[in-house]
Amino acid sequence: MTPDEMAALLERITAHNPRLHPLFSLEFGDAVVGVERAELFATAADLRDAGFDRLGMVTAVDRDEVFVLVYRLHSRSLSAAIFLKTLVPRDDAWVASLVELWPAALWQEREVFDLFGIHFEGHPDLRRILLPDDFVGHPLRKDYDDPRLIRRPDYI
Amino acid sequence: MALVDRISGALDSGPGGVILTSVDALINWARGQSLWAFPMGTACCAMELIAASFSKFDFDRMGTFPRPDPRHTDVMILAGTITEKMRPAVRRLYEQMPDPKWVVAMGNCTVSGGIFYYDTYSVVRGADEFLPVDVYVAGCPPRPESLQDAIIQLRRLVAEESIAPGRRHEQTTTLPRPKAGGDR
Amino acid sequence: MAVSVESRNLVSAPDGGSREELVVNVGPSHPSTHGVGRVIVHLDGDIVVKAEPVIGYLHRGIEKMAENRTYLQVVPLTDRLDYVGSMYANWAYCRAVERLAGIAVPERAEYLRVIVCELQRIASHMMGIGASAADTGAFTFFIYAFDQRERIIELFERLCGARLTYNYVRPGGVSFDAPQGWTQDVLAFTKAFRAAAADLDRLFFGNVIARGRMKGIGVLSADDAVAWGASGPTARASGVNWDLRKHDPYSVYPRMDFDVVVGERGDAYDRGRCRLLECVESCRIIDQAISQMHPGPVRTEGLPRLLQPRPGEAYDHIESARGSLGVYLVSDGSVRPYRMHVRSPAFCNLALLPLLAEGHTLSDLVVVLGSLDPVFGEVDR
Repeated sequence: MTPDEMAALLERITAHNPRLHPLFSLEFGDAVVGVERAELFATAADLRDAGFDRLGMVTAVDRDEVFVLVYRLHSRSLSAAIFLKTLVPRDDAWVASLVELWPAALWQEREVFDLFGIHFEGHPDLRRILLPDDFVGHPLRKDYDDPRLIRRPDYI
Repeated sequence: MALVDRISGALDSGPGGVILTSVDALINWARGQSLWAFPMGTACCAMELIAASFSKFDFDRMGTFPRPDPRHTDVMILAGTITEKMRPAVRRLYEQMPDPKWVVAMGNCTVSGGIFYYDTYSVVRGADEFLPVDVYVAGCPPRPESLQDAIIQLRRLVAEESIAPGRRHEQTTTLPRPKAGGDR
Repeated sequence: MAVSVESRNLVSAPDGGSREELVVNVGPSHPSTHGVGRVIVHLDGDIVVKAEPVIGYLHRGIEKMAENRTYLQVVPLTDRLDYVGSMYANWAYCRAVERLAGIAVPERAEYLRVIVCELQRIASHMMGIGASAADTGAFTFFIYAFDQRERIIELFERLCGARLTYNYVRPGGVSFDAPQGWTQDVLAFTKAFRAAAADLDRLFFGNVIARGRMKGIGVLSADDAVAWGASGPTARASGVNWDLRKHDPYSVYPRMDFDVVVGERGDAYDRGRCRLLECVESCRIIDQAISQMHPGPVRTEGLPRLLQPRPGEAYDHIESARGSLGVYLVSDGSVRPYRMHVRSPAFCNLALLPLLAEGHTLSDLVVVLGSLDPVFGEVDR
């Protein structure tokens, strides 16, 4: 997609949906829209009905006091992809599960739960997926500390 | 010819009882020539383990034949990273192997953790943390030839063993062998 | 350990009586799980009632490790993700870095990347269909297929010195130019491979046993493939015509003339055969790339060893042998990635296993698992 096409797509999506707002500039070539956490599910449902039939990626980024949840939606009919982002406070880390909309979220949300400790409300089977069930902590959080973990010497 | 040479050599210069040394030589020769391998392939090194078994490198000609059942095998080839989640399974499989048994640690991950030594929370730093390793093969991954060389080294180790009580070949590692029936 | 019966449970049957449900543990060390996969299977007689994959036995924490490595030092880690197709993860990661840091790649490097990745696709598919054929008992086919893979690995070894973990694609280009005579040997390989592919097709996919074992097994509908996020041959075998090389073209793929292989029925047979036919298309791409390639630099000049992209985030993806492999990178302006996430196609495809295996026998479960072609380094990361 060219930047112009992407800007048009962003405008089209956000114009019909007051809950969405363009979040970041397009300098890296990706269309990004943000949404409030409480409205994530409804927005995602709207986007799915608008033709984004594929949930490509679910992941999170630890930004100290908040987690940024990142969803990558893809549409074959529009031949377009957008990133949907929402912020989750660290001390109250939950968000609505999108399994009902895309079963692809089933394992990917479990992975985010496993590695970040974000709870997905309404997920049918929210267990650890990659780490053992008795593992303590969520390793991809920036404040994760483990006595077994040996830090690499900083010689670059 | 090799067997006759070995036995006559043992008869000439064997330090222990003549008959017992001959039996050792016979048994060790038989053991060393058909070390059936349990391919404990967990990660990348498993690909080289498969390559070593297949036509170009042909492990079979050395009597090393991969069997996926631990109860049929003599040597466990640990090929690939062992994570904390995998460790109990590897240990249990080792316990299921009949004695005498040997372990080849193939690849840097099983030697020391290798590239996954630093900054990771889930990798066992070397198989010798929980298994008595006999031969270490360095490389990430080692070439199939390195693995074949490890089997040749292992044969030398096997040749030094004895079935006589008290004269058993001491393990090169000080780690105790895990007891049977451990955790799963 | 390979297969063990865990429990026998009495469950109520729809007719009011009760039947015995057998819970069988397959893996994590089992020759048919292609690595360290584990499936807990609930059986009614020999029929799978519920299959529950348990993954994470190879979770090495690569995403966490990347946060304490410089951008260049992450490239060797990506080798170990999908160890059957290391070139892909290299390339996907480097594309994300290049997008983040705004690096332009010389044309010859792009062609070399396309050539090695298409060779890698053949090597990976040979492993994938070979191993899944071995699960159905066709071990000879595995050896024939592995022979072709070994030839490609020899070509890679001449190119970059490694047989498996290449570290070849680097941010800003590739590590070495092709040695003298390499392209001719690649052309000779593709010529020979076309003949071999016809043999392989006849040997396995024309075989009545393979047809009996694989046709109608693990049928995936096109709608399910899209909704579950399946990609690569797994989705294309179900009729989903979606290939990033064609539909979101990157690198020099727009200049290539090739067809996307699309299946009809979406069963294990179609998934396997799609992979084989894709290899022939890969040969076409390689031949065109070699004929279009011109001498020139293979690495961007003046690129610092210590890349320091501005703060931001980038996502880029390529079509790997298993599907769309994406890398999501977040930079905070330092010399190390703030966060790296790998969108793993094998992970998303493997999530389909419970859906596909249900209602089949236990022996068909390994066929379904093999047809999804998981590589656990990439599933678990």
